Amino acid sequence: MIRNWCLAAAAATVMVTCSPAAQAQTTLRIGLAEDADILDPTMARTYVGRIVFAAVCDKLFDIDEKLNIVPQLALSHETSADGKEVTIKLRPGVKFQDGEPFDAEAAKFSLDRHLSTPGSFRKPEIASLDHVDVVDPLTIKLVLKTPFSPLLAQLTDRAGMMVSPKAAKEAGDKFGLRPVCAGPYKFVERVQQDRIVFEKFADYWNKDNVFIDRIVYQPIVDSTVRLANLKSGGLDIIERLLATDIKDVTSDKRLKLSTGTSLGYRGLTLNIGKDKTKGPLSQSAKVRQALDLSIDREALNQVVFNGEFKPGNQFVNPENPYYQTAFPVRGRDLEKAKALLKEAGVTPPVTVDFMVSKDSESEAAAQVLQAMAAEAGFDLKIRVTEFATALKQAEAGEYQAFSLEWSGRSDPDGNTYNHLHSGAALNYSAWSNAAADKALEDARLVTDPAKRKAIYETLVKEQQADEPILYLYHRKFLFAQTTKLEGFKPMPDGLLRVVGLKLK
Amino acid sequence: MLTFLARRIAQIIPTLIFVSILIFSLQQLLPGDPALVMAGEERDPAVIEQIRKQYRLDQPLPVQYGYWIKGVLSGDFGESLRIKMPVRDLILQKLPVTLQLASMAIVIAFLIGIPAGIISAVKRGTAWDYAANLFALWGISTPNFWLGIMLIFVFSIQLGWLPASGYVSLAEDWRASLAATIMPAFVLGNAIAAILMRHTRSAMLQVLSSDYIRTARAKGISERQVILRHALRNALTPVITLGALELGTLLSGAVLTEQIFSIPGFGKLIVDAVFNRDYAVVQGVVLVTATVYIMLNLIADLAYVLVNPRLRS
Repeated sequence: MIRNWCLAAAAATVMVTCSPAAQAQTTLRIGLAEDADILDPTMARTYVGRIVFAAVCDKLFDIDEKLNIVPQLALSHETSADGKEVTIKLRPGVKFQDGEPFDAEAAKFSLDRHLSTPGSFRKPEIASLDHVDVVDPLTIKLVLKTPFSPLLAQLTDRAGMMVSPKAAKEAGDKFGLRPVCAGPYKFVERVQQDRIVFEKFADYWNKDNVFIDRIVYQPIVDSTVRLANLKSGGLDIIERLLATDIKDVTSDKRLKLSTGTSLGYRGLTLNIGKDKTKGPLSQSAKVRQALDLSIDREALNQVVFNGEFKPGNQFVNPENPYYQTAFPVRGRDLEKAKALLKEAGVTPPVTVDFMVSKDSESEAAAQVLQAMAAEAGFDLKIRVTEFATALKQAEAGEYQAFSLEWSGRSDPDGNTYNHLHSGAALNYSAWSNAAADKALEDARLVTDPAKRKAIYETLVKEQQADEPILYLYHRKFLFAQTTKLEGFKPMPDGLLRVVGLKLK
Repeated sequence: MLTFLARRIAQIIPTLIFVSILIFSLQQLLPGDPALVMAGEERDPAVIEQIRKQYRLDQPLPVQYGYWIKGVLSGDFGESLRIKMPVRDLILQKLPVTLQLASMAIVIAFLIGIPAGIISAVKRGTAWDYAANLFALWGISTPNFWLGIMLIFVFSIQLGWLPASGYVSLAEDWRASLAATIMPAFVLGNAIAAILMRHTRSAMLQVLSSDYIRTARAKGISERQVILRHALRNALTPVITLGALELGTLLSGAVLTEQIFSIPGFGKLIVDAVFNRDYAVVQGVVLVTATVYIMLNLIADLAYVLVNPRLRS
C-alpha cells in the first residue's frame, strides 16, 4: 500500500514538474510592482495603470526618447496664433479593437467623455478645453477657454487615449472592466491581483511593428520575488527593480538592465502655511535653507540607492531641458547651515515632526536625512505613517516635514502648478508667493520652450529662496529583462512601450 | 437533533449581524480618507467631492450601513472603489483560490504532522522522537516569508522545477495549478504540521498508556494494529478539531504567503483593500470569511453531536 502511494506521488511530481512549457505563440510576461486600477482612461489614476494602457490604448500623441511630443493617432497639429485653438489632423485607416473606425467623431467622443463623465480624473487635466469641433472626418479642432501650453503634453497620456464610442456607450461605467481602444493589443481577461492578458490586435494601424502574440501583466509586489520570477524564466521583464539588486542582475549573463531618469522627484515638503505649532521651520526661510544645506544629496544617493539615482534640487531632473543650470545642486555646508540658524535666532536642536510614508526606501532615506540634519542642529523626529493616513494628515497640515514622491509628467507644468501655486490641491506646504504664482500662470500661456524656460527660472529662484519643497533626488527607472527580449528602450516617462518588442 | 440544529442556526443570525456592524464600524475608525486615496496622484478637489458623493462617504455612518446591509441581503456587496468591479464577483474570483490553497495546505499538514506525531510517541526517547521534535520546533519557528523565498530559490531558480509565483486554476490546467500552489501550500502546511505533530504526540502518549491498550497488547494483537487501529483513532479526535480550526484560519487568507507567491487569494485581496481604503471589499471579504468560519464551527458542533449523543440534550 505504502509502495503504491509512493509510486503515485512520484508520478504526480513528474507530471507536475515536467509539464510542457513550450507554447506555439509568443507570450511576453511583464512583472509589475503592483496591480493596476480600473482600465478606463477616463477613470484611471495609478502609475502602474499607465504601464498597462501602453498595450491597449493608443493616444493622440506620444513622447519620444528625448521628450519631444510626436504624433501617434494624430498625424499633425497646429495651434492658432492666440493659442486658443488647436487643430489636429487624425491618422486615417485606424480601427478600434471592436472593428469600429477611429475618426473625428470618435476623437470628439473620447475627449467629451473625459470632460463629462462624473468623477473623471481627466477633467482637471484638460479643464482649459471648452469644446471640440469636428472639422472634417479626419480633423478636429480643440477650442480652449484660455491658452494652455501643456495641453499637447496632457494628450500624450491618458487624456489623449481614444476609446471606441460604441463599446463605451454599451459598457457605461463598466468600460474599464473590458476596455476597447485603438492600441496594439486587445483585452482578453483580467484576474484581479493575478494577471491582465492581452492578445495581438490584427487590424492595428502599426501592426508591422508588433511581433509578440500575447502579453501577460503580472503584479508581484515583493521585489525579491519579482526578480526570482525573472531569473527562473517565469517573467521576461520586470519594472521597479531595487537599486540594491542591480549587481545581481548585471552579474547574470541571461539578464539585462535598462535604466532611465524619472520625470518625477522625491522631495521634502515643508509645512509653511498650515503649521499649527508655528515651529521655526515654518516661520523662517533661513531655517529651511539651513536644513537644505545640511543635506548631502550625493551621499544620500550613495548610501541608500547605491549611487544609482540622480541627486536633484529642482522639480525637473538635471537632464531635463527645463532644468535651470543657474541653480545647480548645492553642496553640503554645515557651517553656513549653523550660521543661518543663528541668524534666524533659533537655538538648536530644532525639533521637526518628520512624516514618512511606510516603505523601505523612504524609511532608509529618512534615517540618512535625520543623521545629516542632526549635525547642523536639527532633530528630525521620524514618524512612519501608512500612506492613506499620511495623505490625510498632509492635507490637514499635521506635520512639519513630509517626504513625498511625485511620479512626474512630461511637461514641467505637471510637476509644478498643482504643487506650488497658492491654494492648489497638492500644495501641502501651503506656500503662497505672488511672483511664483505669476510665473506658474504665465508658463501656461506661452508655447515657445525658450520663453517658458525663462519664466520657470523665476519660479526656481523663488522656490529656492523660500524652500517649500526640498527636492532631493530623481529616481531611475530600473527595468531588468531577459536577453531573449529585444527592442526594449526605456522612455523618459518610465512606461513600457510594447510596440517593437521581439522575443527570440 | 432538529431542535439542536434550529437553536444553533438561530444563534448564527445575531452573530452575523454583530459581525457586520463590527466590521463596518471598525474600519471607519481607520485614519485616512478613502476619497483622498482614490483621487489619484493629482487629488483634484472636484474629483474627491464626486467620489464622496458617489460612494455615499458624505452620509452619516448609520445611513451608509443601512445601504450596505440592504445590498448584502439582496446579494449585492457593493462595488470596489479601486477597480469598479462588483465585490461579489471579486469574492467569487478569489474564493476558489483560497479554498484550493487552504485544502492543499491542510492535507500536507495532516500527511506530515500525524505520522511524525505517531512516530515520535511510539519511539519516545529515541533519535526518531528527537528528530520529530526538532522538526516541530523548526516548523513553528520558521517564518513563512523566509521559507517561501528559500523554496523559490531552490525549486524555481536553481532547479527550475516549479514556477516562482503566480496562480493557474485547476479547471484551466490542473498540472500547472498544482505546480503553482505546491510551494505556498507546503509553506502553510509545514507550520500547521508542526502543531499537529505536537498534539498527535501528546494525545498518542496519553492513549498508549491507557488500560485498553494494555489489554489489546495482552490479547496478542500486533503492535501495528494496536497503534493504528486502537490508539490512533482515539488520539485523533482533538487533532482533527485542531485541524478544522486551522483550516478556518487559512480560509481567511494567508497574507504573507500569498504575497510572496503572488497567489491572488483572500489574504492579498484584503490587504490591498485595507491599504487602499476600499471599504466595500474589506466589508464583503470579512463578512464572507466570518460566515464560512461560523459555518465550519457549526459543522464541527454537529459532528460532535453525531458522535456523542449526550450533547444532544
